[in-house]
Amino acid sequence: MAEERDDSPGSTPGLTRRGFLSSVSAGAVVAVSLKDAPPAAAQEIEATGSTVTVSLHVNGATRKVLVEPRWTLAYVLREVLGLTGTKIGCERGECGACTVLIDGRPRYSCMTLAVEAEGHEITTVEGLLEGERLGPVQQAFLEEDAFQCGFCTPGQIMAVEGLLRVNPSPTMDQIRTAVSGNLCRCGAYTNIFSAAAKAAELRKQKGGA
Amino acid sequence: MMNNFSYVKAGSLAEAIKASSAKDARLHAGGTDLLGCLRDEIFQTEKIVSISNIRELKGISSRTDGSMRIGAMTTLAEIAVDSGIVAKYPVLAMAANSVGTPQIRHQGTIGGNLCQKLRCWYYRSDLRCFKKGGSTCYGYNGESQYHAIFGGGPCFAVHPSDMAVALLALQAQVSIAGPSGNKTVKIESFFVKPDSVIDRETILLSGEILTGVQLPAVKGEMKSAYRKVRTRGSWDFAQAGVAIALQLDNGIVRTARIALAGVAPYPWRAASAEKVLEGRKIDAAVAVAAAEAAVDGATPLKDNAYKVEMVKGAVEETICQFIS
Repeated sequence: MAEERDDSPGSTPGLTRRGFLSSVSAGAVVAVSLKDAPPAAAQEIEATGSTVTVSLHVNGATRKVLVEPRWTLAYVLREVLGLTGTKIGCERGECGACTVLIDGRPRYSCMTLAVEAEGHEITTVEGLLEGERLGPVQQAFLEEDAFQCGFCTPGQIMAVEGLLRVNPSPTMDQIRTAVSGNLCRCGAYTNIFSAAAKAAELRKQKGGA
Repeated sequence: MMNNFSYVKAGSLAEAIKASSAKDARLHAGGTDLLGCLRDEIFQTEKIVSISNIRELKGISSRTDGSMRIGAMTTLAEIAVDSGIVAKYPVLAMAANSVGTPQIRHQGTIGGNLCQKLRCWYYRSDLRCFKKGGSTCYGYNGESQYHAIFGGGPCFAVHPSDMAVALLALQAQVSIAGPSGNKTVKIESFFVKPDSVIDRETILLSGEILTGVQLPAVKGEMKSAYRKVRTRGSWDFAQAGVAIALQLDNGIVRTARIALAGVAPYPWRAASAEKVLEGRKIDAAVAVAAAEAAVDGATPLKDNAYKVEMVKGAVEETICQFIS
């Protein structure tokens, strides 16, 4: 059963790295209680620049937010929901830092409008935590030293998580293909590949336990 | 951030047709090319009409006559692993698997792939070229290493779609729904040439929606493959993409279809190379002759003569795979 909660205006951060909010009207993000909102059926925004309520299923919880149609999922996750594990790198669907799972499949949240993500199951790197313990893919990245600066890491982890959910025992070639949409400017690829292999082992151990 | 637009998630095809008939409306399929174009201000839109919730546009189905239909909103990742497609039309599965990255393939659709805008670093910049109402082709006059060697003029940008050439090789048809009803056209008739229409790449007019693709039944033995050459192996657009489908009869090529991506402003059919193969048994010499014919009529620009050799190599290599 999905947890329901409101997102208070206080959780809205201030200025973003890219100065996005300069073009976003203040107060666009407000708390909406589930009871007040109509069921999320057809979405239609007639006036340019106005907002719509969307209900996003993020990491097992239902989050009601007001969004402008032009806001990407990456933007909403970070700036509205405060889930800053998801990074924005190139913001053009090339680097993979913003990778999240949508219905279990890795996708670029910078190339997905938040209004398009409604009705789908969204998993971010925060959602892989098991309580306060790291999930197996996160743990494997730590153990294999699979990052240097760490900026691409959440995206890499989500790409590997997406792979292992459909293919628990990938070959090295399948691992390379799975993270081919995630760039690492530090060049930590060798350890990223090892971490993916290690993650597969850790997941299996856990499954067997 | 993108400029503001209004947004409609259409609940039905009829609703989508109506909503997208509005002035400056744009359809949203997977959104990967659309969002890129809006961010780079290649075009502006007042209204986005999303077709992602229309169930009838999704999925792959087989028909009793052996043909297959792929809904326009089927993702490239779904096509790449579909057992029917992999078994009967390997060229299409290979093409789907060569597009972008895993993330793009999970999001990008076959319909969106066919309707994507051209790739040219001038067109995709803030320069106002022929395609944006200007009066010059910066590619023709400038850095042309990724531009067209066939069919150029007045625009020399290349059509990047891997799926389009695979479908061209398979002699597929596309279905279109619009304000004046439904129609089905051959895939080659779906794309327009820049010397006749400069501001769009397909025949689709306002309110018209590509709803699906029909693949003809495979009769007898067919061999097909896609070979994509790019500057790096992990992901990129094609410098040259070669789609080949051969209908064989006792080892003799009955019909051949060869189509090239990334070398012309529209999916390019190498008709001379097809003629070389038809009626022949495939061997290394035939492959070389077909490769030579595949670049008939090539007119490279200042920086892209390498593509002529690249196409020849890729055509020869792909045909040689079929030698039994």
